[in-house]
Amino acid sequence: MLRQIGKRLATAIPSLIGVIIVTFLLTRVLPGDPAAYFAGPAASPQAIEEIRKSLGLDKSLPEQFVRYVQDLSRGDFGKSLTTGQTVIIDIKTRLPASAELTLLGLIVSMLIAVPFGILAAVKQGSIIDHACRVIATAGVSLPVFFTGLLLVYVFYFILGWSPAPLGRLDAFASAPKHVTGFYLIDSLLAGNLESFRASLAQLALPTITLAIFSLAPITRMTRASMLAVLSSDFVRTARASGLSPRTVIVTYAFRNAMLPVVTTLGMVFSFLLGANVLVEKVFAWPGIGSYAIEALIASDFAPVQGFVLTMAIMYVLLNLTIDMLYGVIDPRVRLEG
Amino acid sequence: MTESTSTLLDVKDLTVEFATRRGIVRAVQNVDLTVGKGETVGIVGESGSGKSVTSYAVMRILDRAGRIADGAITFSGIDVRNASESEVRDLRGREISMVFQNPRAALNPIRKVGHQIEDVLLEHLQASPQDAKVKAIEALQKVRIARPDERYHAYPFELSGGMCQRVVIALALACRPQLLIADEPTTGLDVTTQKAVMDLIVELTRENGMSTILITHDLGLASAYCDRVVVMEKGKVVETAKSAQIFKSPQHAYTRKLMRSTPRIGANLRDLLPEDMPVPLTPAKKTAGGGASLLSVSNLVKEYPRQGVGGTLATLFRRKNEFPQSEVFRAVDGISFEIKRGESVGLVGESGCGKSTTSMMVMRLLDATSGHITFDGEDIAAIPAKSFAGLPLRKRIQMVFQDPTDSLNPRFTAARAIADPIYRLGGLRGRDAVRARCEELARQVGLPVELLDRFPHQLSGGQKARVGIARAIALKPELVILDEPTAALDVSVQAVVLNLLEDLKHSLGMSYLFVSHDLNVVRLLCDRVIVMRAGKIVEEGETEAVLSAPKTDYTRELLAAIPHPPL
Repeated sequence: MLRQIGKRLATAIPSLIGVIIVTFLLTRVLPGDPAAYFAGPAASPQAIEEIRKSLGLDKSLPEQFVRYVQDLSRGDFGKSLTTGQTVIIDIKTRLPASAELTLLGLIVSMLIAVPFGILAAVKQGSIIDHACRVIATAGVSLPVFFTGLLLVYVFYFILGWSPAPLGRLDAFASAPKHVTGFYLIDSLLAGNLESFRASLAQLALPTITLAIFSLAPITRMTRASMLAVLSSDFVRTARASGLSPRTVIVTYAFRNAMLPVVTTLGMVFSFLLGANVLVEKVFAWPGIGSYAIEALIASDFAPVQGFVLTMAIMYVLLNLTIDMLYGVIDPRVRLEG
Repeated sequence: MTESTSTLLDVKDLTVEFATRRGIVRAVQNVDLTVGKGETVGIVGESGSGKSVTSYAVMRILDRAGRIADGAITFSGIDVRNASESEVRDLRGREISMVFQNPRAALNPIRKVGHQIEDVLLEHLQASPQDAKVKAIEALQKVRIARPDERYHAYPFELSGGMCQRVVIALALACRPQLLIADEPTTGLDVTTQKAVMDLIVELTRENGMSTILITHDLGLASAYCDRVVVMEKGKVVETAKSAQIFKSPQHAYTRKLMRSTPRIGANLRDLLPEDMPVPLTPAKKTAGGGASLLSVSNLVKEYPRQGVGGTLATLFRRKNEFPQSEVFRAVDGISFEIKRGESVGLVGESGCGKSTTSMMVMRLLDATSGHITFDGEDIAAIPAKSFAGLPLRKRIQMVFQDPTDSLNPRFTAARAIADPIYRLGGLRGRDAVRARCEELARQVGLPVELLDRFPHQLSGGQKARVGIARAIALKPELVILDEPTAALDVSVQAVVLNLLEDLKHSLGMSYLFVSHDLNVVRLLCDRVIVMRAGKIVEEGETEAVLSAPKTDYTRELLAAIPHPPL
């Protein structure tokens, strides 16, 4: 098992090297001069030149690249010019914020979408099936910033049920001691129910926004794959053996239908993690997506490179997790690995 | 065998309808069927005859679109048609159970077979969670599975087809039902496995005094194992009689047609065609092998690295055998044979014997590990499979595949499928020229020209087989490899296609390498036969000589396993 994981990780190394090279080159061909940007509009050419030198941007591209790789090998992702902190620290504080939000959104979405999808497949063509389709389609066709703003408008502005959409905690609560970076978990570990409630309240609306958006792919995939499995021979055998509908649907059909659903879950997760900039903006969420966008606009190379590399590593780990899940679900995959 | 004393299942006037896009289709019309206690009844018919639908209706497992429109089904006093779903569920598996075609697909692929048997036992309260495992292993033991306590933990993909069918039978018999419905239980299995599985079903059902319905397209099988036979055609019962009687004096024209088209001892190819069919021009006469050698294979070997042995098992395996030889598996183990011009050679054997691997190597789809394949004086074994496809030589060897549906591109019309090799290697230019050639080929294989613009899903099985054959002969090949070309076809269609192949061989002067597991078909079409087992040739000779006086035990065993209708 461990050897298999090691093997899988080893095969990811070439793609990571590719990612390093491509992001390095891409950030260099981006329009805009970081030295001029940071020197400010009133800076003299000498001052700009000074900054350029201090950033090492006066060197040739290969030279810059070698230095970059050397830094990377020491675990140094560089320093962000906009925040003034090292990229590692920035990512360390921001990635858990994104991950917590995305994970929670995905869990909520899954809890709704999977039973819905199963129901829609079992009662194909019924009202439930049509209702599922309408809800899922509506969810995916509404842009997240719209759903987000609507939720804020209704639940914060009109009803006043939820706190101000301003980040992970309201102004009066203090962040729990950093253990996992997930406020929900950290506050529970610290036994601080107050901040648990506060962070949950802050999470609620953005989570629902994400969940509504990701309902569609999960429901549709669950339904399609359940339909395929329900018409297969072994489900017929199970029915012909007089097994109860529950056993037939859960033990026989659903476990077999799970493989494509797991794949979809992985895809949705990795997509949401880096791409939900709009949700982060609406809720002033200190996540990694908005961090990367801001850095990109400022031509701040180091955070962009750090972000892309982090995401690449996350993808590799995520795919590995999915593959391992496959092995748990399907014994045939175990053998091939 | 025994006179039925009391009726177990009584189906009266059953009509089953399916709602389709083109309106309501009656799959089964006014069918009457009775099964006595301890009786074995065969339902025989070709695809679309409604034989499976009848049995699904009895178990009430028709799919969503189907419904019982009329009639009554009574099973030991219970009105099955009007019973509630939960009542019927109690019947399923406990009183009536079913064995299906394609056993591997009939089992849940990701659940241990032992657990699947337990599910049924627990559902019908035949076992408690404490003794379920013991009882499941017992059930496996009853179907003669060796080392049942190990197999309990096996997944279906780790078992052979025959073994899977034993598991399905164990599943069906776990709760000692009164009626077993076996729906084509042996289709797709080797003849020897088929015999073992059928013998097992008969033995176990007899032991427990059970009744059996055997659904099959194989008259030989039905006659060998059933007391009574019901013949169905297009959703209707056309004849019901004792099985000995039905073969002696078939009453209905359809029964006679079915019997005629079943390959059997003593019949030649032309005998298989229906009585009213025009007699073909050339009489089916077997050419004496006197032509020049076309293909000669010598010491052909194909090795594969051993695979499919699980992690822990593989390491165990390695420790025991330190020889590197055990790392490879010889699928084809040094075989030599020859095909002369105008000759048909049958390559027979059970699945896994290496016959398909051999045909793939001759076709140059697969590279041989060692050995020579000499085609018309040229050693083609040396040409890598990748570059062979573009050579002019490729035109001269063609192939017809087993599954007429899967071997056609679903997005190509029949004409485009037939034209494919012409575009690639034929050298014909211009749309009209190619079209004319396609029409000529269609006429040659008896495919109506107006069907050329249809897509595969709009054609029947027999028509698709003709398209496959037309495609293979489009470039006037000298050698055609036929890989079980009729295995997926109904017997009456098979009879016509086999005759077509024979006629084409004579008119175009081709040689055939006919790969099959069906000795009766080989008997009809081939001049010589090669029997393979475990990658080696065990017997070779003139078809009549080999099949009427086999020299090796293995060939005898193969022949003995074929169920023959009593003629």
